[in-house]
Amino acid sequence: MIKNNGNGEYRVLGTRPVRHDGADKVTGKAVYTADVQLPGMLRGFILRSPIAHGLIKSIDTSAAKATPGVHAVITSADMPDVGDKIADLGEGAVNLKYLSGNVLAQDKVLYKGHAVAAVAAVDIHVAEEAANKIIVEYEELPSVTWVLDAMQDDAPLLHDDLHTDSMGAKSENPSNICTHMHFEKGNIEDGFAQCDVVVEREFKTASVHQGYIEPHASVGDWNEDGRLRIWTATQGSFSARQQTAEILQIPIGDVVVTPCEIGGGFGGKIAVYLEPLVGMLSKVSGRPVKISMTRADVFEATGPTPGSYMKVKIGATNDGKLIAGEAWLAYDAGGYPGGMIGPGCMCVFSCYDIEHAVVDGYDVCLNKPNTQAYRAPGATQVAFATEQLVDEIAKQIGMCPLEIRQLNAAKEGTVRVDGPKYPPVGLVECLEALEESDHWKSSLDGPLRGRGIAAGFWFGCGLKSCATVTVNHDGTVNLLEGSTDIGGSRTSLAMQLAEVLGITSDDVNPMVGDTDSVGYTDVTGGSRVTFATGLAAYTAGRDLQTQMISRAAEEVWDCSPDEVTLENDGSFTHNGESKTFKELASQLFKHGEPLVARAAVSPENPTNGFGVHVADVEVDPETGKVTVLRYTTIQDAGKAVHPSYVEGQLQGGTVQGIGWALNEEYFYHDNDTVANASFLDYRMPTMLDLPMIDTIIVEAANPDHPYGVRGVGETPIVPPPAALANAIYNATGTRMEQLPMSPPVLWKQLQSESAEA
Amino acid sequence: MKPFDYASPSTIQEATALLEQHGDDARVLAGGTDIIVQLREGLRDAEIVIDVKKIPELTALDLCNEGGLTLGASTPCCDVYETPDVAAAYPALADSAHIVGGWQIQSRASVGGNLCNSSPAADTIPSLIAHNAICLIEGPTGTREVAAQDFCTAPGRNVLESGELLVTLRLPAVSDSESSAYERFIRRNEMDIAVAGAASWIKRGDDGNIADARIALSAVAATPQFAQEASEYLVGKAPTEENFSQAGELAKNVASPIDDMRGTVEYRVNLVGVLVKRTLATALARIQGDG
Amino acid sequence: MANKRHVSTTINGEPKEFLCAPHESLLEVLRDNLGLTGSKEGCNNGNCGACTVILNGRPVDSCLVLGVEVEDAEVETVEGIADRNELHPVQECFLEGAALQCGICTPGFLVASKALLEKTPDACEHTIRYNLAGNLCRCTGYDKIVRAVQDAGKRMAESN
Repeated sequence: MIKNNGNGEYRVLGTRPVRHDGADKVTGKAVYTADVQLPGMLRGFILRSPIAHGLIKSIDTSAAKATPGVHAVITSADMPDVGDKIADLGEGAVNLKYLSGNVLAQDKVLYKGHAVAAVAAVDIHVAEEAANKIIVEYEELPSVTWVLDAMQDDAPLLHDDLHTDSMGAKSENPSNICTHMHFEKGNIEDGFAQCDVVVEREFKTASVHQGYIEPHASVGDWNEDGRLRIWTATQGSFSARQQTAEILQIPIGDVVVTPCEIGGGFGGKIAVYLEPLVGMLSKVSGRPVKISMTRADVFEATGPTPGSYMKVKIGATNDGKLIAGEAWLAYDAGGYPGGMIGPGCMCVFSCYDIEHAVVDGYDVCLNKPNTQAYRAPGATQVAFATEQLVDEIAKQIGMCPLEIRQLNAAKEGTVRVDGPKYPPVGLVECLEALEESDHWKSSLDGPLRGRGIAAGFWFGCGLKSCATVTVNHDGTVNLLEGSTDIGGSRTSLAMQLAEVLGITSDDVNPMVGDTDSVGYTDVTGGSRVTFATGLAAYTAGRDLQTQMISRAAEEVWDCSPDEVTLENDGSFTHNGESKTFKELASQLFKHGEPLVARAAVSPENPTNGFGVHVADVEVDPETGKVTVLRYTTIQDAGKAVHPSYVEGQLQGGTVQGIGWALNEEYFYHDNDTVANASFLDYRMPTMLDLPMIDTIIVEAANPDHPYGVRGVGETPIVPPPAALANAIYNATGTRMEQLPMSPPVLWKQLQSESAEA
Repeated sequence: MKPFDYASPSTIQEATALLEQHGDDARVLAGGTDIIVQLREGLRDAEIVIDVKKIPELTALDLCNEGGLTLGASTPCCDVYETPDVAAAYPALADSAHIVGGWQIQSRASVGGNLCNSSPAADTIPSLIAHNAICLIEGPTGTREVAAQDFCTAPGRNVLESGELLVTLRLPAVSDSESSAYERFIRRNEMDIAVAGAASWIKRGDDGNIADARIALSAVAATPQFAQEASEYLVGKAPTEENFSQAGELAKNVASPIDDMRGTVEYRVNLVGVLVKRTLATALARIQGDG
Repeated sequence: MANKRHVSTTINGEPKEFLCAPHESLLEVLRDNLGLTGSKEGCNNGNCGACTVILNGRPVDSCLVLGVEVEDAEVETVEGIADRNELHPVQECFLEGAALQCGICTPGFLVASKALLEKTPDACEHTIRYNLAGNLCRCTGYDKIVRAVQDAGKRMAESN
């Protein structure tokens, strides 16, 4: 008999233990991929395209191959022909031709930095020197990096065989528009006809990069037994294994991926870039090969999340009820199809109960690196649009920005434009928390200062996770799981297991397994790990307890299993005799076989994470610079397993959003090559650019998790650009329609408006 | 990075001999925060890198009442702002030294190196110009002196001839009636390259008016600029906000910036006015003892 | 040209000798020649601070120092911060305050923070933000790092 201890009274959840991998990470012992050193290992370097778009006419590698110290040089001619085949990678289907082409360009280069050849040599300097001896002849083609230009009929075409998929139908002529999506609910014309006030604006946002501090790195060793061993910086070892096997056309069971400690990902370390290359270089050279990207490589060839153009229209009645919404969204896909337009469409009105809505979205190829997920991919752009329009409506009808959000907030039963009906969600509770907060109640005085608020949403997904629990003599346990740990997830999983078992976090030794040792687990992404892999840890704990009840009944108490009771504190009782988990585990070890438990889960429902932010800013009208004076991030975590790391997710996501809002962008030269591929000129916030980020964690339980956990990682990046734009409006009276709201842009806009006035 | 040889001479003579021997194939290493990046990125080449930090004259930092400041060319920025007397006497230079890169960069980067790198956006050069610094150069034909304002000739280029080494910078002695400030505009608050920068030095006369002034700019022309017209305008004027603003307007006349990803021509010219006005106000406040 | 040089130096209080080519950075020497992989490469051009070490008492980006330059110098890396098995207060406070997420920037922050606290034990928030702006972190938003450094300063003062 198992009593549910999900009663809100927790012993471990909600505490703040030191993370299990902490000591390694503060002493320099933690092994990241670039730290891996194998005997005889070579270093690799990648030659990349200097142009944004062109045909590869020829590649001459002879001088590179003849360089002393060089052991292997490869081009796409050395890679298997993967054909025009769709592979299901768990996170979605992808055409292998595109996946492989992004790893090593075939007949065409599609963006500056596109990989063209790779060299393995005795050291990095020799490899670089040899790579620079490779002669590539290009026929340069016209290029395009602005999404609306790329959609024109006469735009430079990236793929002559790409036809627009419009709700399943294919366009007759090839186009850079990969996909056109359309969602609607209600009747949009009737909806707008009922509105007293309608606001409409166009917005555009620049390409931004995830900006993880660890450059991509992989080590490959094509072993003599035919198995390819990969150590890599990845958010998903199983996804990396599958992509690598598909690109190299080898059986998936012949690849083993060991996820090393990973120095940030934010969505950008899911697609493979280096893994197939180190594999192939190792095969050719017969030696292990390591490649670490340069920072310029990272900016030019990986990442960016889509730049966008958006036209959004929202209508409301004079009493503040939002009635109708219409959005037309065009997002960068990058060099190959497959961007973030889907979630963009689903998120544009996701925070509000709007009866009538139409959303059209376009995924568009252009000469930028293939876009990748970046923390709530696609949602930050649309929130920048919608949250400003909601403020504008409130202003026009004389309503408080908080009140209009409270009046229209999505709640249980609200149907999103793409169809799903929300289960219990926490947006209303977040807005209440805002209303009660010190920040909201404080006054903001002084000229050129303003306060802005904005809401944000991210789905939070389930997907597949596995966990194995083994029990030691002393009743401590080992938790083997497959979610690469980017920000302390080992500990949040161990805490959930400890909570079930009635032991402490320190009694659990969590370990992230490689693909040979742990059950299939999807990527660390989608805000899923603490929820889904946490559910696996919980379920494995329950499996262990069930086994222990049977064993205790048979081996200890000589009774029927239903005469053993599992108490809320994790102890086992029979006839007034009580044994803690540790006592019983030690005893059972002496009696018979070791205890091993396991769980495999695949929860289907999203966890629906809502947040609300409030920002105070001051604007320097002489320079256009915005100073963030105070910032509070409020979010529904369902149940905060380790509050410090929940706060950390809220703060970190918020600051990425602040960077996106105020300064981060790709600059391009006239020939569409990136001009700022460095941390100097790609301006992520430094410590001196920020105030403390206050947080308020709301706990509105998720009905699909035994402890009510929701994913929290992604939502915090969504509201900041909109909250800051609303604050800038309240400080200056000017509406910002583009990201970033950088000093030159804001100064120019203030100048123009004061000239007009 | 391509291989190169390395030498670390301990005298000026050894260094200039090596520089003469290797000509354009030699690169001088002081703090290394520019040259190592440039060598790594292939922006400059070297057969030999000559580390000048073991030469005593190049790491000097001597302040004397009559003679002013003698600043060795490879003395790191942090020594400038961490030496209270120097920071108090040459506040614009201390301001500059305190915002070159972050702390790690300031521990290595030198004012002389910043000058020799000759970037139009260099933060220390306007302060050297405003403080009327003189560059002492040793070479095969002996010693020569060049005013800081004449040192840079084009982006990345300067008056140093093959075989010549910048040894020290000499800044004139200062009095209590003068002070200075440097401010730049960057899009972040640290770790960035100036969109525009201004250094202002002023001296007040017994009548309370400005007796002398020197204003210099960075990142608004091919080389850092001395704003002569704006400087001369202030002489004899009262130190008022209005006059400072007017000096800022006049300083715009020497600004001929380019449009690039850091800012437009229009934006940079605007910043010149703002920064000149603000640095003059700071310098005044410092003379009055409340800066 | 460019033969390897013999360099004698002191790393984390211990005399060390190594061979390196003049174009190898101190960061490469530490990581590839000496196995001290705690110092991280984030950008290799002095813009992120992940490779910060203390050189003769001052924090520097080891990617912008040549290995040959540390002849007769004193170098301190993240591996030298803890005293045997005793973590330094700054390490303790980073752990207790959850001032790290992915951990890749952490060694650089710890080294720079220790240097700052040894110079200015009671550093205020602005001083911390100013002096550590050369260290980029993309995970934490810096809030918990600032607090951890402040806490470490207090703990260091208490233990003195």
